[in-house]
Formats: sequence, structure tokens, C-alpha cells
Amino acid sequence: MELYRENRRNPNAIAYAVMLIVGLTFPAVTQFVTGGNGDYLVSLAADAGVYVLLAIGLNVVVGFAGLLDLGYAAFFAIGSYTYGMLASQQLISSPIHQALHVPFWIALVIGTFVAAGMGALLGAPTLRLRGDYLAIVTLGFGEIVPRFFQNMKDWTSGVNGISALDVPTLPFWITGPWVNMQLGLEQNFRFATFNATAWYVLIVILIVASVLGVNNLYGSRLGRAWMAVREDETAAAAMGVNTVNTKLLAFAIGASFSGFAGAFYGAKLSLVSPDSFGFIVSITILSMVVLGGMGNIPGAMIGALLLYSVLYKFLPDAPNQASALATSLGLDWLNTASPDGWPGIAEFINRLKFIIFGLILVGIMLLRPQGLLPSRLRSQELKRGVHDEPVTTGGTA
Amino acid sequence: MIGALTRTPATLRAFGASRFATYSGLLIVAVVIVLTIQRVMKHDASFFFQILTIGIADGSIYALIALGYTMVYGIIELINFAHGDVFTLGAFVSLALFPVFGIAEGGSGLGFVVPLLAVGLITMAVCAGVNVAIERVAYRPLRHAPRLAPLITAIGMSSILEGAMYVWRGPFNLHYPDLLPTTRLVIGGVSVGTKDLIVLTLSIVLVVAFTLFINLSKLGKAMRATAQDRDAAQLMGIDINRTIAATFFIGAVLAGAGGITYGLYINNVAFDLGFITGLIAFTAAVFGGIGNIPGAAIGGLLIGVVRAFSDSYFDSAWTEIVIFGILIATLVFRPTGLLGMRVPEK
Repeated sequence: MELYRENRRNPNAIAYAVMLIVGLTFPAVTQFVTGGNGDYLVSLAADAGVYVLLAIGLNVVVGFAGLLDLGYAAFFAIGSYTYGMLASQQLISSPIHQALHVPFWIALVIGTFVAAGMGALLGAPTLRLRGDYLAIVTLGFGEIVPRFFQNMKDWTSGVNGISALDVPTLPFWITGPWVNMQLGLEQNFRFATFNATAWYVLIVILIVASVLGVNNLYGSRLGRAWMAVREDETAAAAMGVNTVNTKLLAFAIGASFSGFAGAFYGAKLSLVSPDSFGFIVSITILSMVVLGGMGNIPGAMIGALLLYSVLYKFLPDAPNQASALATSLGLDWLNTASPDGWPGIAEFINRLKFIIFGLILVGIMLLRPQGLLPSRLRSQELKRGVHDEPVTTGGTA
Repeated sequence: MIGALTRTPATLRAFGASRFATYSGLLIVAVVIVLTIQRVMKHDASFFFQILTIGIADGSIYALIALGYTMVYGIIELINFAHGDVFTLGAFVSLALFPVFGIAEGGSGLGFVVPLLAVGLITMAVCAGVNVAIERVAYRPLRHAPRLAPLITAIGMSSILEGAMYVWRGPFNLHYPDLLPTTRLVIGGVSVGTKDLIVLTLSIVLVVAFTLFINLSKLGKAMRATAQDRDAAQLMGIDINRTIAATFFIGAVLAGAGGITYGLYINNVAFDLGFITGLIAFTAAVFGGIGNIPGAAIGGLLIGVVRAFSDSYFDSAWTEIVIFGILIATLVFRPTGLLGMRVPEK
């Protein structure tokens, strides 16, 4: 009975259904609403999809296995740079003097495995560490990797980054009224930058495949081992779970998502530069997972979509809107910078972005630490304290 | 010292005991030392001592910041990411106070001592107030939540502080008045900058005063007790909340002083300075043994020297990689740090 009631009003099923419907109709609806000028929004949605993938991957590490990773952007960087080096003219300047133009689809797989391999490599010596120590090591790793890429100038063009990356190609592609064209097949299709819908379709396919994969993992023997390690590592080890392998796999599988997300990101932007992978990116992805509800896949996805739209759509748009509002209210003087330090309303709003991001983080943790769509187990922990310490006295585990 | 609080997980101890890990760690250290000596031999001795003094002076500032990290970690096991920004706040507040007290570049050095002290006191008070407020708002309500929660609010508070300074002074590099004398002294045949000496002396005085306070005062004793066992300390009648607030207060006093010292030494500050400086200082705290006060001071000095050597003898582009490499290597090969003692897992 209990279980039945649970299934009937399963918030996850509703969330998946809503996301699937919105996801499938988004380009058509956007083009319809904007009268055919929605390419920018569709392209932005495809970029948001990259973060959805990253959130799904980090959710495996942090949410399922309980390993606090503060350097997840490092794997994103590894995925992007792998694609950048494999699919551009870059390697001509490297010691091998030969440009590789590996097709996107193969590079996607290579990027996935390279990132997973790096995850396992980093994990091998450090996964014996627990909690905070692991967080600090991943933080250090996250700081080292982008700097390393920046310094390997022959291989990565240093601060300028690798540009002019190859785009994916397909033998044919379906065109139709949703891109303002006749219904038909296009031969030898290239994912051009302006073809937002194609990128969007590609990322949606990648996300759906990832969700199916992770959902299977969640219920598998490995998924249950992750949960056991997260809840009590010693008890899990006593029950016969190989904790080191379990954690290594969490890191490797989690990293693999950022590997192919990175390849997609590089291909779509056609640029990979070292400052796209800083600490702030790791923190943003972590906040997405926490905001949505740690340990819950649709939660992480919703968190990613929400936070992405705030950080990359509303906040960047806010300065111009504030400026326009000031003009329409007849407060033009607000728009001009004055010598006593007032930078103009647009710049002022722009400068507020760090404070807003900080307030979001603090606000989530204080008001709804279990996230918007929490996993049931996790929300109980957050409300009633961690299970292995007495709730009333609150000792430090 | 705030006790040796670092807890070593059982699996980790097994790993640390394995000879392979120990030997490979030692091998890496040996290779690095040999490489460094090789580079050092290529230049003359006076250059070496010059770099060494810069490194020590720089490191003493890191030591000041690292003390705050190590104390807070020792007492509530939280990486207070906002600490680095409290340090920057010290530089910003003092910079704003200089005109109020009539301090400007080019005046006579000694006449500035009294106003400079006043600026220092106000700055430290502001930083301490801010840090205590952060603890009250962002960390105390989450004291019994899982670790991730206060860690994320700490990052959030760091972002808010940086944002506040960004709104206040904008994204520019700000010039900090160069008030310290730029003369050089010759001590035992070695030329040493007066500036380096003043910075080093200032830091040593602060660290010694602080260590005495922790070891001798009643509040210091309460802090050590709370760090060792919070519940037992509470049973003995120690007001835990007050003690933790005091820890944040004192940590911020040192960070504020560090901010002024940094400004006077480097003469250039920016709103996001605290992020990387904080991470390096945190590395110093881990290197020395987190939770261990002399460890943080020594770790700070060593990290400063490593930085100066890496910048001058190798390539400054690799310095941060070297520092974070040390961070990772310390945690993997000797998680209790240089001075940390091993205590069984609670």
C-alpha cells in the first residue's frame, strides 16, 4: 500500500515527463513564439544541456557515492581539450607535427574514455582519503589541470586556447518547417554554428542516453554499492563491498560524462580555452546538483537548468534591462557613470553578479538544503542529522 | 597548539604504512631538491639570499592567513573559504582608511606609526566583526548538517564578500601606498631589504602573541578543549558558541593584519586576491598539519620560499601547479602534514 501510494505520486516520474515534453517541443515552440528568431534561445538551451550532462555526471560522484568533488571542471577540461587536440589543426605545432582530424563521433568516445581514465588515475592514490581530505585533493587537481593545459603551449596554444575545431558531420539530416525549411533530407550534413536546432537535437539525444544509463546504474549492484559506501563506508566494507573499486568506478563513470560533455562543448563553441574551467565552474556544477536535490537524477537536471538560466541568461541580461528601465522611467542620470565612483546602473547591476551567486548558494543551504527535488533518503539526513551521530548532542562524527 | 586534531582514517594509515608509498614520496622530494640545488648553483649566492628573504617575508604573510584556516578547521572541521576574502577585506578597509588618517605616500616614515596603528586596529576590528557575522549567519545554523552544507555556504560567503568588494571598488587593480622604507641593510655580508625585515618582524610578533594567547589565556584553553572534544568541553561548562565565535574573531584579526601587511609589501590589491591567496595559505595549513598552529606558521614560511624559488629559478607559470602539487602530495603521502601527529579515528 505504502509502495503503491509512492508510485502513484512519484515526483520523479512527473519531472521526467515534464522535462521530456518540454525538451521535445522547445525548439518548435520557441521558433513559433519568437516568429522564427529563436535560434539564439535554442542555441542557449543546447549550451544549458552541457551543464545538464555535467550535473548528471557529478551527481554520480557526489550524490550517489558521497564523494565530495570540488574539482569536477578538471574532467570537463580534459574532455574539451582531448577533442580540441584531436579535431583541429592544433597538433601541427606540437612535437608530432601532424594535425589529427578525428571525426566527432569517434572523438566523443575517446574523450569519454580519456576523462574516465583520468578520473581513475586521480582516484587511485586519493580515494583512500575520506570526506574533507578528498574534497581538498580534488580542489587541488581542479586548479592544476587548467593551468597545466595553459602551460603546455605547443599542444594547446596556451592562454589563447585551441580554436577552429571541427564540427560533427552526418551522412544525412532531416530538415523541416521547424528550421524554416521544406521537409526533406539534407545530404552530407555539417553541424554549422548557426544550425542551433541540430546541436539541440544532438544534446537532447546525449542527455536521454545518459539518463537511461545512469538510471540503470542506480538500480544495479554497483549503484547499491555506491549508496552503501556513502552511508557508511566501514559497514559497507564489512558487508563485502570492495570500497576502493566502488569509489574508483564512481570517479571514472562520473568523469566520463564530463568527457563527452566537454567534447560537445568544444565542438559547439569551436574554441577551448583554459579559463572556461576554473574553480567557479566546479562550484557552479556542484551547486546545480545541490540545488536540484543531491542523489536524484531529475533533481540534478532541474537544478542545472534553473541555475544555468539564472547565471547565463537572466544575470547577463539584467544590466541592459535595468538600463532600459531607468531610461523609460526618466531616470537617465542613473545610466551615466559619475566621477565619484558610480559606474552607471548597467555596470552596477553587472557588478552585483558575485553577490547574487553567493546569496543563491547560502540561501539554498539555509532554506532548503535537501534541494528542490530531493532524494528521500538524503532529505531525511539533512533534516534530522547524519545517521551515525547522535542527533541531539551533535558531535562531530 | 590546538591539539593535533587531524584524524587519520584506518584505511589511510594502512596505506601510509606501506613502504611503496613512503619511498615513492621520498623519491619525489629528493628529485625536486636535487633539481632545485642544480638550478641554484647556476646563480650566485647573493641572488639566492635575496630570493630566500623575499620568500620568507612573503611566506610570513601566508602564515598569518594559514593560522585562521587551521584554527577554524581545528575547531569545527570546516574549510572557511571566506577566510581568504576576509584577508582581502583587510587590505581594502585599510586602503580606504588611509586618507582619513592623513596617510599618504612620500611622507616621513616614523610620523606614520601612530596613525598606521590606528588604521590597523580599526581594520582588524572590521574584519573580525565580518568573520564573526559570517559564522553566525552561515555556519552556526548548519553545525549538525552533513559536511557539504557548510562548505557550500562558505563558498557562497566567499563569493558575497568578493562581490561586495567588487561593487565597492570595481574590477581594477588598486595601488596600495608604499609606506615602508625601500633601503637595504647588509647583515653578515648579505644584503637584506628593510621592507622584508619589517614584514617578517611584524608577522613574527603577531604569531608569537597569538601562540602565547592560545597557550596561556583562559579563552585559548577553552578553544583547545573545544577542538579536542566539543561535547566534553560543553560538559565542563565551556560556552561552545562563544568559543567558536572567538576563534573566528581571532582568525580574522590575523587575516586583517595580513591584508595590511600584504598591501604594504606588494603595493597592489584587487577584489579577487583572496581566492588564490586563500588557497595557497590553506595549502600551507595542510602542509604544516591542519589543526596545528606551529605547523601553519612553518607551512606558511615554507610555501612562501617554495613560491619564491619556483618563480625565480623555474617558471612562474608553473608555481601554482607546484603549490597545488604539494597540497595533493601532502594529503596522499602524509595527510597529517609535517607537524601533525597521528590520532586514532574518532
